[in-house]
Amino acid sequence: MHGYTDNEMMALAAGRFIKNGDIVFAGTGVSMLAATAAKRIYAPKAVIFFETGGIDPSLDEIPMAVADLRVMSGTCLNSGLIEAFSIVGHRKLHTIAFLGAAQIDKYGNLNTTMIGDYHKPKTRFSGSGGACDVSSFASGVITFMQHQKRRFVEKLDYLTSVGWYKGMDSRKKLGLPRGGALAVVTNLGVMKFDEITKAMYLAEYYPGVTIDKIVENTGFEIDVSNATEAAPPSAEELRILREEVDPQKLIL
Amino acid sequence: MGMYPEIDDKLLSLEEAVRRFIKNGSQIAIGGFTVTRNPMALAYEIVRQGIKDIHLVCHSHGQALDVMIGAGCVKRLEIAYGGNGRYAPTCIRFKKAVQGGEIQFEDYSNYQMSLRFLAGALGIPFIPTKSGLGSDLINLEGFSPEVRKENKVALKKYVITQNPFNGQDDKVVLLPALNPDVAIMHAQYVGEDGTVRIKGLTFADIEQAKSADTVIVTCEEIVPRSFIRLDPDQNSLPPFFVDAIVKIPYGAHPTAVFACYDYDPKHLNLYKKMANDDTLFKEYLDEWVYGVKSHEEYLEKVGNTTLLQIKANPVLGYAVGLDRK
Repeated sequence: MHGYTDNEMMALAAGRFIKNGDIVFAGTGVSMLAATAAKRIYAPKAVIFFETGGIDPSLDEIPMAVADLRVMSGTCLNSGLIEAFSIVGHRKLHTIAFLGAAQIDKYGNLNTTMIGDYHKPKTRFSGSGGACDVSSFASGVITFMQHQKRRFVEKLDYLTSVGWYKGMDSRKKLGLPRGGALAVVTNLGVMKFDEITKAMYLAEYYPGVTIDKIVENTGFEIDVSNATEAAPPSAEELRILREEVDPQKLIL
Repeated sequence: MGMYPEIDDKLLSLEEAVRRFIKNGSQIAIGGFTVTRNPMALAYEIVRQGIKDIHLVCHSHGQALDVMIGAGCVKRLEIAYGGNGRYAPTCIRFKKAVQGGEIQFEDYSNYQMSLRFLAGALGIPFIPTKSGLGSDLINLEGFSPEVRKENKVALKKYVITQNPFNGQDDKVVLLPALNPDVAIMHAQYVGEDGTVRIKGLTFADIEQAKSADTVIVTCEEIVPRSFIRLDPDQNSLPPFFVDAIVKIPYGAHPTAVFACYDYDPKHLNLYKKMANDDTLFKEYLDEWVYGVKSHEEYLEKVGNTTLLQIKANPVLGYAVGLDRK
């Protein structure tokens, strides 16, 4: 073993995308970890905010839901949902959203609603929440996934949140001029999207993971020709994650 | 005359507030968000009074939604998200009800639902957004054509149209406004003049209250007029929007109230265990809802130790170091 967990690697791999000045929208679970890690490690001048209306909380303890009291503490402003969504798509801001999903397809479209028949599903999930909204409006979406064939699918059971839709310029043609899927961070590696076709490709595999393993666990054809090995977490990255971001080990 | 002459006619018991304003078949907007500021005492009273066929409208909701669905009070649901943080990534009774085909449901997103309340509050019949273009939120309808004909149900889930102002191919989604029969919510303070103050995040509670015909507010405290008017920038609703006020400390337990108390992990874990099993869930309702004669008795069951553990640091707003596993 490497001395770090999947969630730790995922949080850091996603956190590395965030730059100073970015406005980061965090969902629940690993998203929360990654957003906090990004700010503490890579981009201290990034701002984390939540769809519930909490803007730039101190995050001395990790919130476990986007309505957790901890997203309202030490903020620059507490507001509500309408205000939060006025930030997500604001033309002056570069907003990056961290989301999770049950299924993803090769164009980064997401399902967080259900498996099976919509009216009587085999498995019902929580639903869109703000995911459909931020996918429509944010400058970029980074999605966390468990890398499994049944989750990386040719066709979603339900398309909750639009990524690159059907590829090429189809997202724009829908009426969504901004944003799209930026990356997918899994327990095996990091996927990005081709600039022209918008199809998912393997950008990085984690130390100890083979490209074959990623191909085997992906339910559609994925280009691996440009894949490189991801940098492992440094001791300092892990220290901050464990001691400052989630010392209670609620998500790690 | 009671202690608060200005709100004498609005200050009701929990039992009276529900009996007077919530009917079988009412369309209800519910305040709070997942694990925070759910009007739980009101939800429990709705269950106790056996209200049926509720049409719930909400964005992201958790505990109160799940208890009311589980108790069989809800017939119809328009919702963006049913979840309770790590204690129930998908609300358990909600999940069972949808999978079992026991409930009519329609999916929207958080922003869409918030906009629908805003439109209702503004008195406009619909409101445009770009959110949802290309998604199955638009392609798939949950409600049947028969349901679409019913009272308080919009004839269509959405309409997609072109922006009429720029002459280009520029699609927008039109969402129908919501004007629920009742909005229920829990706030930290109501002034003795009836002004409502929510501390922390307001979510869409204000839009919901303004969109509804009737508003029931439960609160932690009734505070002096001099206090609530000293810093009016902090206030959320003027008195004339509010029809019923119920003072009920810890009225959102086991969900959280900023600067008052955190969510109760012990109770939410207990709920998770019991809600997963039909027999155990019945026992849960018997023990925590039907079998409880008063809110005081409910709090006695929760216990002093827990109430102290979840007590929020009033400066930081949450219970520092609370064991949240």
